[in-house]
Amino acid sequence: MSTATDNRRKAPAGERIADWADGRLGIYSLAKANMRKIFPDHWSFMLGEVALYSFIIIILTGVYLTLFFVPSMGEVEYHGAYVPMQGVRMSEAYASTLDISFEVRGGLLIRQIHHWAALIFLASMFVHMMRVFFTGAFRKPREINWLFGFLLFVLGMFTGFTGYSLPDDLLSGTGVRFMEGAILAVPVVGTYLSMFLFGGEFPGHDVIPRFFAAHVLLLPGIMLGLLVAHLILVFYHKHTQFPGPGKTNTNVVGMPLLPVYMAKAGGFFFLVFGVIAILSALFTINPIWALGPYRPDQVSTGAQPDWYMGFSEGLIRAMPAWEFVIPGGYTLNLGVAIPLVVVFPLVLTVIAVYPFLESWITGDKREHHILDRPRNAPTRTGIGAAWISWYLVMLLGGGNDIFAIHFDMSINAVTWFVRIAFFAVPVLVFIVTKRICLGLQRRDREKVLHGREAGIIKRLPHGEFVEVHEPLSQEQLHTLTQHEQRKPIEPAAETDENGVRRKVPRSQKLRARLSRAWYGEGTQIPKATPEEFKEIQSGHGHH
Amino acid sequence: MSQTGSNKDVSHASLPGEPAAHGSAVDTTDNPFADPGLPPHQHRIQDIDERAAKRSERTIALLFVVSMLATVGFIASYVVLPIDKLVYIWPFGHVSALNFALGLTLGVALFCIGAGAVHWARTLMSDVEVADERHPIEATPEVRSKVMEDFRQGAAESGFGRRKLIRNTMFGAMAMVPLSGVVLLRDLGPLPGDKLRHTLWGKGKLLVNQNTNQPLRPEDIPVGSLTFAKPEGLEDDAHDFQTEIAKAALMIVRLQPEDIKDKQELEWSHDGIVAYSRICTHVGCPVTLYEQNTHHVLCPCHQSTFDLSDGARVIFGPAGHALPQLRIGVNQDGYLEALGDFSEPVGPSFWERG
Repeated sequence: MSTATDNRRKAPAGERIADWADGRLGIYSLAKANMRKIFPDHWSFMLGEVALYSFIIIILTGVYLTLFFVPSMGEVEYHGAYVPMQGVRMSEAYASTLDISFEVRGGLLIRQIHHWAALIFLASMFVHMMRVFFTGAFRKPREINWLFGFLLFVLGMFTGFTGYSLPDDLLSGTGVRFMEGAILAVPVVGTYLSMFLFGGEFPGHDVIPRFFAAHVLLLPGIMLGLLVAHLILVFYHKHTQFPGPGKTNTNVVGMPLLPVYMAKAGGFFFLVFGVIAILSALFTINPIWALGPYRPDQVSTGAQPDWYMGFSEGLIRAMPAWEFVIPGGYTLNLGVAIPLVVVFPLVLTVIAVYPFLESWITGDKREHHILDRPRNAPTRTGIGAAWISWYLVMLLGGGNDIFAIHFDMSINAVTWFVRIAFFAVPVLVFIVTKRICLGLQRRDREKVLHGREAGIIKRLPHGEFVEVHEPLSQEQLHTLTQHEQRKPIEPAAETDENGVRRKVPRSQKLRARLSRAWYGEGTQIPKATPEEFKEIQSGHGHH
Repeated sequence: MSQTGSNKDVSHASLPGEPAAHGSAVDTTDNPFADPGLPPHQHRIQDIDERAAKRSERTIALLFVVSMLATVGFIASYVVLPIDKLVYIWPFGHVSALNFALGLTLGVALFCIGAGAVHWARTLMSDVEVADERHPIEATPEVRSKVMEDFRQGAAESGFGRRKLIRNTMFGAMAMVPLSGVVLLRDLGPLPGDKLRHTLWGKGKLLVNQNTNQPLRPEDIPVGSLTFAKPEGLEDDAHDFQTEIAKAALMIVRLQPEDIKDKQELEWSHDGIVAYSRICTHVGCPVTLYEQNTHHVLCPCHQSTFDLSDGARVIFGPAGHALPQLRIGVNQDGYLEALGDFSEPVGPSFWERG
């Protein structure tokens, strides 16, 4: 027996297993780089975590549901536990969803967790994207990760749509019919696409099994790949951080993965799962038993898609009925095609390309790891707020009947409001948001130069009342002044300044103009300079 | 959670040592806004008071124990509660007892694990912030030139640029091979043909009431009523029922003949009875809401509104054209019958519709 073997025998079991794995997988070099990796702390960094955890919850509960769900459009007569549906003809998909809800113990709970988690998944991705957008976290080197996240959001929408269509209930079937109408409106190939998707005419017998394959295999498979890539890039780039004392563009300040982040993030998974389980215990979602099975000749009022599809519903409801027969005897159904084939992708693409647009305008080739405070990027913040308002207007439009009923308004008036607001509201919101940002910048400047309003009123010997201003701490002074204020690109200097190689005059001109719009006059309040600060400090001190 | 705030009144002698990187002063004479560096670490009460740390420990352990109890509760509920039992719980109303109990116990079991772990991390694990260096992502110029050189060498050794015949035929083969996959998609469905132009309606087909399954007579339809009809021979349990009713669904209303403004509508009606396709010409929802005073029908999905007294033309909403009318008459037995199929395709419009 050699001494080496003796030593190995004495080592604890855990270490021996780790040694074994390292000899085959090289886990030690992986752990060396990552086990004590630093993660910065901020509440908004948890939004992406909520998305990640709800995705895991969806997969866990989804696998359970596949054990009982029958993805078939074969018609059966119902003779199950739910009395009001006795003898009703329905598809096996609908019948098996009733069985999951009424005959499988805990089946209803898992179904509701699955649906609630899906809503929360989409909502948290949405808010997470907004956080990344407004803080400029999408800038180099994270543009590709922004695209991955964007794709996850879009695929998540379609996975949600195919998912809630599976029970083949009256509400979701109406949504599928809507989709068929939209596909038929695609010029030239619409009827072919529809026949190929439905395996013939609507609804046929193929669409539920096909949606099932897309919902449980194709879409989540792609999403899982994107998700892993998204997380690998987060690790590789290291997390961004908000500006503050000790935080620079070349460091990352926070706490190590092992143990703090492991415990916080791991614990947070259980918190999210717990909250969703309690939601599912208390609040019914998608009660398909109350809706009835789908029949193409039946419908209920107040039919709405799940919220993340609501903006497409708003687009289609607000669009005027433009339908023309063009020479040659072909029909252009622009009333459906423009909202769903043109505007729907456009709304999403605007957001997808923004990082590339901004980096083109700035010509900035540096890495950015310190986040922007939204007020310090007024044009970007304005664009983001305008986009959200646009989205909300369409969401409102998608529920025009609900608004009309609950607020006792004319549906025609609501629809006309949405039509006008579609153009007017984003512009207004942009202007207002930008002004708010400038106001906040002005306040930051005041605070830096004159200190914080203490709320203490002091009476001077001659009777004058003044408010005491407390000087800011070194930390606050640094935080409020560390940001860079960009200057617009001068059309003359544009070729050398940022090493731009493009010499096409028109695009250069456009770029200079955009740059002026982003960073030119009226887009920022000059931040306090050390000189101004020193002058005020030495002049009359602070009172 | 618990006390994680700072404790400034505690004497410095009892504090653990500070990491050197923290709180280093900077010279601010040149730049009053200079970065002062990481602020000094603020101790939590658990860092300095062992009793507080013990309290945290007990809280965390309690949370984990509650989680265990909740899991026991979950299993017990699963075994004990019948699946069809409803209970009244304020303010949720009558809810499934099993779903309520399972969801709450599972939720508590999970939530307490999370709360325990987070509390542990926040109160007992080190909360000293440390800084890690970032390294530029771009490779150094040396690495870059080495990679480029390797690539050039590899490319040269393959002869890829030199042997154009190989390269071009390979591109051709690679471009063509996915075509097989595209071709395989052909059998996803039939070609459209004229499928969207025909429904089950045809000359002599009786109009059958969808509720009673009986053929309709004119006297069955009073003025102001709304009747849904299907073509004779289409049974609810037919294999293609859904697909056929998706096109053939019909609504029948009776107007006073003098109220009918459209000339063709009057010609295609029988004694004031008009039959229209129920499938909305917008995106295909069934039009179901009938207002008898105005003879308007409204699609509940997107609010397209049609005037049934005027050729079902669109008076509001996103639908692009009128609902198709079915020409009807009465056969020798006194039943309503179709005098042919719809003269135009029903439902949403499409490219070839014309």
